[in-house]
Amino acid sequence: MNTTQQSNEVYSENGIVYPDNVMLDLSKLKKVYPTPKGDYVVLEDLNLQILKEEFVTIIGHSGCGKTTMLSMIAGLNPISGGNISVLGNPVKGPGPDRGVIFQSPSLMPWMTALQNVLLGVNQVFPHATKGQRQDIAKYYLHKVGLENAFHKKASELSQGMQQRVGIARAFAIKPKVLLLDEPFGMLDSLTRGELQDILIEIWNKEKITAVMITHDVDEAIFLADRVVMMTSGPSAKIGDILSIDFERPRTRKSVLENDDYYTYRKHLIDFLEH
Amino acid sequence: MEQEMVLKNENSLFSSLKQMLLKLTPSIKKDGIIKSLKNTGITFLSILLFIGLWQMGSKALYNKEADYRIEKALTERGEEAAVAERVCIESGDSSCQPNTLPSPSQVWASLKSLVADHQVIRADKAAFAEKMAVTNEKMISQGKDPIVYTGRASFVDIVLTSIKTVFAGFLLAMFIAVPIGIIIGLSPSLRSAFNWFIQIFKPVSPVVWYLLVFMIVKTLYIGDSSDNAFVISFISVGLCAMWATLVNTAMGVASVDKDYINVAKVLKLGTFQKVFKVILPSSLPLIFTGLRITLSVAWMVLIAIELLAQSQGLGLFVWEEFQNGANDSNSKIIVAMFVIGIIGFLLDRLMLAVQNMVSFNKNEMA
Repeated sequence: MNTTQQSNEVYSENGIVYPDNVMLDLSKLKKVYPTPKGDYVVLEDLNLQILKEEFVTIIGHSGCGKTTMLSMIAGLNPISGGNISVLGNPVKGPGPDRGVIFQSPSLMPWMTALQNVLLGVNQVFPHATKGQRQDIAKYYLHKVGLENAFHKKASELSQGMQQRVGIARAFAIKPKVLLLDEPFGMLDSLTRGELQDILIEIWNKEKITAVMITHDVDEAIFLADRVVMMTSGPSAKIGDILSIDFERPRTRKSVLENDDYYTYRKHLIDFLEH
Repeated sequence: MEQEMVLKNENSLFSSLKQMLLKLTPSIKKDGIIKSLKNTGITFLSILLFIGLWQMGSKALYNKEADYRIEKALTERGEEAAVAERVCIESGDSSCQPNTLPSPSQVWASLKSLVADHQVIRADKAAFAEKMAVTNEKMISQGKDPIVYTGRASFVDIVLTSIKTVFAGFLLAMFIAVPIGIIIGLSPSLRSAFNWFIQIFKPVSPVVWYLLVFMIVKTLYIGDSSDNAFVISFISVGLCAMWATLVNTAMGVASVDKDYINVAKVLKLGTFQKVFKVILPSSLPLIFTGLRITLSVAWMVLIAIELLAQSQGLGLFVWEEFQNGANDSNSKIIVAMFVIGIIGFLLDRLMLAVQNMVSFNKNEMA
């Protein structure tokens, strides 16, 4: 197994004691979908620990169960077996401690950009004054470069701008864990690059533990501390984990100029092609 | 409404023709002004064509009936009677006119006479009010009801009564169907509990709804001499027309985009917030589609229900003119037909405008 999994091994020996640097813990996770031809096992015996302030990207072939895993962490999809816990507390359904950025921006099209962000902020900070909540929402919209679009209807924004609002909405509720389900999958490559920069810039500041699914090997390396590779289903599990030891903050240029980049890239592509 | 349909067909025909022309002669300018002028011209031409066909049709029917009458006079009463009949018909004497589809000019004349009649009645009313002003003041000060004008209703009053009835029925339908639709849309078990009810009562004919409402309202109004025709008709109209809104609201609420529901779940929105901030706004377009259908159904069934309920609206007007069988009755019926069509069209446009206003995704609108 990979040498970067030291904290995992400590954990699996103790079983009950959570090392206090673990934010998110998946143990023996299983997901079964009943079908007329019998049960279909999507995930089985999946173990993964994600540390505080860690950015983990997950890659794997389509249909291997990445999204199922993420929606189970989000609490939107029930667990068939095993455990998911956040800071030692088992997940029992969705909640604002785990912010989600969906593949489609999923904004309420009848609301303005600001109202969309406020929808979450109002919920998480009910005791703040109206002005304070507005300030929080505006701060994050500013961070994603939408300071001129506060009062635009979501339906009037481009796909890329909508996903910016999605990012602002997720960060504004100050989650413990940020879950990103291929958030840039529907965007063209130029916009995708822009949004990766925006995401990583906010993340550098907030250091929220992040789990992101992606299909894009370069994106996976550029953003992550560790890249988790999942085996193909059925009964998918973690195949391999690759530590990305680039210094942060990273720039695209510095990453591309680093020789390790191509080693990492080859490692991931080799895994995906076998 | 018929004209509108003709117009639409003409437009699509025209656009495909134009595309063909564009291919053949690339020099045709796609200038906006020219295009709209052409469209106006086409509309105008189609109206002329429609009136022309109508004129020819009514003329043919008129001749057929006139010939029959002369023929009948000849066989039954001899040659002299036949000549007298022909002279009578040609003189335009109202006693022996064929009673058939009126010509456009007859209908136009009837419209003018209905408007003139309205002005006479309005003057009458004003005079009555002036005359009774002092008396009524006394009556009110004595705590009695004032004397009101009880003369014949003018055509404009009749139209207004119909519009009033249809709006009362529409509001009733809205206040019943939207809340129930939301509740059963939210709960799949309530939806199956209500499903048989909706499936059975949705196809019931307006006449039967009228009879049901009549049974109930009649009993409720026992001992009350006031006129309950209006109440019966608007309730019947509402009950007939509410189903489209009920079904659409339930469907809209039940089929909210799963992404929005997931967002609401992740943010842990309370039930109230979830319903009013996410589910209702996202189902508004479908609710308004339902309301638009409801209003047009309400206007359609109104005519039949007014006739049955003896409510002083267009339905009763049409029926009374038919029973009346006077010389200008047929043309008055056609006037009413156009008025019904035009008002129905305007109501639909009104709802379409409201629907566009509440719709958040303009591209999805048909």
